[in-house]
Amino acid sequence: MPTRVRESRGQEMALTVAVAIVIVLLSLLPMLRLIKEIVAPGGTLSTIAVEAGLRSPATWIATWHTLVVGIGGTLLAVLSGTLVAVLVSLTDIRGRGALVLCYVMPLMIAPQVTALAWLQLFGPASPFLKLFGAAPPLGTKNPLYSTSGIILLLGVQYGPLVFLLVRAGLRKLPRELVEAARAGGANWFTVLVTIVLPLMTPSIMAAAALAFVSCVGNFGIPAFLGIPANYLVLPTLIYQKLAGGGPAVLGETAFLSVLIGVIAMAGILAQEVMSRRRDYRISSTSLPAEPYELGGWRPVVQAGMWLLILLVLVLPLFGLVLTSLVPGYGIALTGKTATLDNYRFVLFEHDAARRAFFNSFWLSIAAAFFAVIVAVPVGYLIAWGKQRWVRLLNLSVELPYALPGVVLAIASLLLFLRPIPLTGIQLYNTVWIILYAYLARFLVLALRPTISGYHQIDRALEEAAQVAGAGLFTRMRTIVFPLVAPAAVAGGLLIFMTALSELTVSALLWSSGSETIGVVMFSFEQGGDSNYAAAMSVITVAVTFGLMLVTNLLAPHLPSGVLPWRD
Amino acid sequence: MARLTLDHVTKSFADFDAVKDVSIDVADGEFLAVLGPSGCGKTTLLRLVAGFEKVSSGEIRIGSDVVSNSGGGVAPEKRRVGIVFQNYALWPHMTVAENIGYSLKVARLDKAVARQKVEDALALVNLQGLGERRPANLSGGQRQRVALARCLVAAPSLVLFDEPLANLDVHLRASMEDEFAAFHKRSGTTIVYITHDQAEAMALADRIAVMDHGRLAQLATPRELYHEPANEMVASFISQGILLPADVLSGEEAGHCRVRVLGTELVVRCRLGERPRTGAKICCRSADLEASADVSGFDGLVKRVVYQGGAARIEFTPTAGPGLTLHFEQPDPVLLESGSQARLRVKSGWLIPAAGTSS
Repeated sequence: MPTRVRESRGQEMALTVAVAIVIVLLSLLPMLRLIKEIVAPGGTLSTIAVEAGLRSPATWIATWHTLVVGIGGTLLAVLSGTLVAVLVSLTDIRGRGALVLCYVMPLMIAPQVTALAWLQLFGPASPFLKLFGAAPPLGTKNPLYSTSGIILLLGVQYGPLVFLLVRAGLRKLPRELVEAARAGGANWFTVLVTIVLPLMTPSIMAAAALAFVSCVGNFGIPAFLGIPANYLVLPTLIYQKLAGGGPAVLGETAFLSVLIGVIAMAGILAQEVMSRRRDYRISSTSLPAEPYELGGWRPVVQAGMWLLILLVLVLPLFGLVLTSLVPGYGIALTGKTATLDNYRFVLFEHDAARRAFFNSFWLSIAAAFFAVIVAVPVGYLIAWGKQRWVRLLNLSVELPYALPGVVLAIASLLLFLRPIPLTGIQLYNTVWIILYAYLARFLVLALRPTISGYHQIDRALEEAAQVAGAGLFTRMRTIVFPLVAPAAVAGGLLIFMTALSELTVSALLWSSGSETIGVVMFSFEQGGDSNYAAAMSVITVAVTFGLMLVTNLLAPHLPSGVLPWRD
Repeated sequence: MARLTLDHVTKSFADFDAVKDVSIDVADGEFLAVLGPSGCGKTTLLRLVAGFEKVSSGEIRIGSDVVSNSGGGVAPEKRRVGIVFQNYALWPHMTVAENIGYSLKVARLDKAVARQKVEDALALVNLQGLGERRPANLSGGQRQRVALARCLVAAPSLVLFDEPLANLDVHLRASMEDEFAAFHKRSGTTIVYITHDQAEAMALADRIAVMDHGRLAQLATPRELYHEPANEMVASFISQGILLPADVLSGEEAGHCRVRVLGTELVVRCRLGERPRTGAKICCRSADLEASADVSGFDGLVKRVVYQGGAARIEFTPTAGPGLTLHFEQPDPVLLESGSQARLRVKSGWLIPAAGTSS
């Protein structure tokens, strides 16, 4: 029966090929295009682009600034995130779930919204300070328009990121290691310093690397806080060059974006090196340690934690809401002046803002939908596939997200500046180029939870369907998809929330007619219309929070750790 | 229904052979148990038959169709094989009826016909009326039955059981064992049943294939396996047989021959055509050993006496073979004491055939 024996797995091949094509298009192609621009601009090998970039003093200043705010922001994030993680995980503090939810929330808020909220809180026009008559006189420089302001906000933004990773590490800490040290006579603080924190080195290092990559790639915060003070970092330098010079300066910006990529990679490499210096492997698994009893200190620590929440979450959002209710710059908020006009204006009157809401919503929905559809088969091949090369897929999907968004934006520009060969389709200057970049950048956000979903499903469930006669596509539809759907959909919702007020990528790719919420918010703020920007921010934050609550309904069906804000 | 043939099947993973040159012919309607310690390759064997793994060499045939050879294989979904998984593998997002009817739906069977078949299958495993339940709301035994019904409904040519009782408690095991036997009788399906439990295999199977380190150690009926093990591994694995060094003194006569064991001569059962040789081994069971004052026994030291109620388990080291430890049971009244000298007699045994000979 040679024909039956040869009856090979056509559907499996089709799936693998389709997945490979998607990955190549979304991950490898833009990266390769970017590298080509650096190594061989115009098609021939040369170092002109690199040399030009290296000669410009602006490059060096921006690089220095990037390193300063990157390292400063990382330090602040690591210190605050680790402290909160230790207090929340290892002590008998009360209201843990609510604390985690509130502390992680800034992570779900777009950086430029954070920036805007803080600016409104402390600026001379602050309706909040005016409530107490404490606002500095108009015309005073906002204290956040500075290096330390940028570092502070980066720390606030990415502290939760560190918190999540360190907390995950602390949860795996076996209680025997702690108990052995306490039995050996060490008090709690000594245990923390000599046992817990050293064992958490890999988690803290990984968190620091991630925070560093996020800080150096961040656009929203240095754009809102740095540009007015003429304090440029690499992402904002790229933005200014492109805004001023258009496609002509693409080669130059390509060099700058690779420079950011290199700095980010250096951070990741440093983490690898640091983590390998000692053996931190924890071999046993057991229950987590008993929480340390704070005793009389508990109310104090709790009060401190909620004060922190008040500072990093409640006050800025409060300031944002106040600003969105004020009719104009510098006017004090009273029962008489409060108005919803700003909301009416951005939702119904301002053309670009209206378009932006429309664009951002459908872009986010499309990116989320696509990512869920793609994540299921890609996750299938990565988690359950037998071919080893498939595991490389994982890496190449991670890349566009691991690298700062500016890098991908420039790569997309290079890729689609000219019409697509053979078809003549022009993506440049349309909304489609933004969609492409979103798909490439955010796919991994849906893929990660999907893969962890696969790891929690018994493979026999699929094999049972296979022996029942179901082909691969039937199994995918009737068995695999329903089982991993909750995880994949949760990933899709994360994408939606992230993409909705995204700025980094769209700031470089937008064109008239394809504005996004982030872009319009940014231009309102740059034009001095903070009230409109605040109104838009409040709307997106409200949508995000609403979605977080809805997503919580999925939680019982999800692998743990998929929803970052769930304790 | 169909016969299953494994013809010199080998499966190699990166650096070791999980299954080495195994040939088994399972007759149509036969109940074959595959028995072995964990890591012996029995699960790999099942996955090869089901088509989840590809053979490295050799050939697998179901009926007259070649389903696997080194060139590739028929996809699992086209083999018409049913599997009862160890952990049942019931789809949590479907009802019991949807679980059972899945293969019919995949085959696009007429809905009314399919519903009737599902009803019949539920009746066959005594689960009438539970079709609308979710698997999560069933007991372990009920889930097992759903799994059974699910693989039956498609009328597979062959049913594979992957340690189906491993997750059940002892009481349930016995009743499911009876149920499997009854089911086999009723349906007449060819069954390959993977297990590490000897009692289960003995109770259910027509023949048992004992696997060891990827090789087929012996393929025989339960009775033959117990009384006439083909090699040392089977002898010691089945019912903890005791191996004793022996020299064969006489050629086979009427299925018996004379051997010398630990300095004493005795008559044991043996294969046809055995000839005198040295360095042989005999296998005996603890029931074949008894303490005696008889002249024909051998002396040794009682190392340990463990009273187990009604009888004691004795560990005994013969003087002539200080490296050996023999275990046997002595019924009440237990007279032996640990540390004392005793004399032991082997009542009967089986001469293990020389390596390389086959039956």
